[in-house]
Amino acid sequence: MSDANVRRATRAARLRRSIEQTGPAEILLYAVLVAMAGFYLVPIESGLVTSIKTNTAIIETAPFAPPGGEGVTLEKWQAAIDALLRGMGNSLLYAVPATVLSAVLGSITAYGLTMPNWSRAYKAPLIALIVAGIFIPYQAVLVPLTQFWSQWVQLTQLLSFLWGFGIPNDYAGIIELVITHVAYGLPICTLLFRTYYKTMSTEMIESARLDGASLRRVYRRIVLPLSGPMFAVVLIYQFTQIWNDLLFTLVLVSTESSPAAPVVLILAGLGSSLEGQDFALRMAGAFFAALPTLAVYIFFGEEFAEGVSA
Amino acid sequence: MFDLYRRLSGALGRSSQDDEARTDGGVVSDRSAPDPGSESEPGPLARAGAAVDRRFGSDFFESSLFWLPPFLLMALFVYGAIIWNLLISLTEYQGFANAPDYSNLDFSMYARALGDTGFIDAAVNTLILLVAFTGATLAVGLVLAILIDRGIRFENAFRTIYLLPMSLSFVVTAQFWLWMYNFNNGIVNLLLGVVGIGPISFLGNQTIVLWAVIFALMWQFSGYAMVVYLAGLRAIPTEHYEAAQVDGASTLKMYWRVIIPQLKGATISAAVVLMVFGMKAFDFLYSLVGGYRPPNGADILATKMVREAYANLNWAYGAAIAIVLFAMALGVIGPYLVYEYRRDNL
Repeated sequence: MSDANVRRATRAARLRRSIEQTGPAEILLYAVLVAMAGFYLVPIESGLVTSIKTNTAIIETAPFAPPGGEGVTLEKWQAAIDALLRGMGNSLLYAVPATVLSAVLGSITAYGLTMPNWSRAYKAPLIALIVAGIFIPYQAVLVPLTQFWSQWVQLTQLLSFLWGFGIPNDYAGIIELVITHVAYGLPICTLLFRTYYKTMSTEMIESARLDGASLRRVYRRIVLPLSGPMFAVVLIYQFTQIWNDLLFTLVLVSTESSPAAPVVLILAGLGSSLEGQDFALRMAGAFFAALPTLAVYIFFGEEFAEGVSA
Repeated sequence: MFDLYRRLSGALGRSSQDDEARTDGGVVSDRSAPDPGSESEPGPLARAGAAVDRRFGSDFFESSLFWLPPFLLMALFVYGAIIWNLLISLTEYQGFANAPDYSNLDFSMYARALGDTGFIDAAVNTLILLVAFTGATLAVGLVLAILIDRGIRFENAFRTIYLLPMSLSFVVTAQFWLWMYNFNNGIVNLLLGVVGIGPISFLGNQTIVLWAVIFALMWQFSGYAMVVYLAGLRAIPTEHYEAAQVDGASTLKMYWRVIIPQLKGATISAAVVLMVFGMKAFDFLYSLVGGYRPPNGADILATKMVREAYANLNWAYGAAIAIVLFAMALGVIGPYLVYEYRRDNL
């Protein structure tokens, strides 16, 4: 990483020299950059200040202004947390296993398609099929998916021993979500690992193979220990994707009143009622639901950027 | 399981006479631990194995354990489901029946779509959204990337801020934009009020609502376009800038003539991803209203499909709409994959 930073710095210095930057032009450049930063931050910032305002302050102050005379209230946050807390637990319950599983499987698949020696004529179509899987609009698989989980593989019956322990059988939906997210997450995880493995030096692997090491041994001893940085990227990217997804939760868990309802599902219906919309409650809920992904982004922004730009 | 595989590939005889030129190494001639079954001289099975090895490459069998099971899982859920979906779209499946009746298949659902003005509107909206959203997002992303790449200070801070919305769920950003577009207190109407344009009901106006949605999505994804373009810009040697400078080209001309033409690859891959995001904008539209029916004028194929299947229980009709959406996606992905294959990127 530091290497890249040094390269970037020297490049920047050369660019500065090569593109003559006069005073006013530079001021204008920074003005545009700051204005754009405002454009991205204002919706988020106004959501945050709105979530801590009283109902009168929301009408009387500007949406982006801090709370006025009445001061800060946390009651909306309390209400939002009350409504969403069980959803947070449910979301973690499927997002974490699905993230880990799809990353591990993606690494294994990418290794099998990259390092071992077999004909590219057969590899390329396989890889094309996998890459195409990243771009499938999931609407095209929803009806069969519903059929599959409701008629063919009925987890509520298969796992009946679990429900005997007092776990509501709605939690079958959580297990369905894990398997579904792993299946549809595999293509992107495989591609991310493959781009990484393609750049890995093959010398060690070749000499290990000449010494008669099996492919499994090469993976465990050489490839896996070197995969750390990419695991960070894939885990972060996948966690964000799975946590943020609404479509599959809507189809597989369906009602926000279900005990197994994930946080996005509850949030989608939060704060609307016949009396109108409680915006402060919605904003507090939106922030609370976004906390895990926001935290991940703030701490691992570089890895996230690498994941999305692959 | 692994041992079985070892034995199998041993029994199939890794032929050491396999003397084809290798580019990526991996000849295994002598195993340190000889497998039972491979010690005797090559039998018919071993000869068959050698033939397979020559055809597929020497590691084909051993490596299939790594990629085949995950590939089958993915293929079942992706390609199996799409074929199944195509079958369902040819039935009359609807309501609370447990399973479709596959006995007489016809295209009646597709005929129904063509006669359904709601479907036509949704298809037109989908196309508008794809083109406008992708174009606007790429343009903003490109400008941001060029500005950031000018050797500025605080580069990391700016990059992080621009990409931040992308890490949020559609459900979350929909809440923010509901508030931004609010008729009485929204920031957008507040700003318009400053220039004397009086409050507009963005989500209630059929002709404006789609553009309001496109703008919000552009806000969420232009940071992504910026990241892709930035990677593209960083791959251009600094000498190109310096050469243009020596030739006395103005900065604008330099970017237009020299730099931007070199970003073709970045543009193509970002455009494909953005189009797919645009098609999947279901989550955002659902969250705006907390229900299956998006604001009037903002219905797209993705939302109509889910509504037909899950709210109206017209399963077969929903499946048919999904096939149309899939065909549209294929029209984008197909050429892209061919392009990547030709450039040896797969």
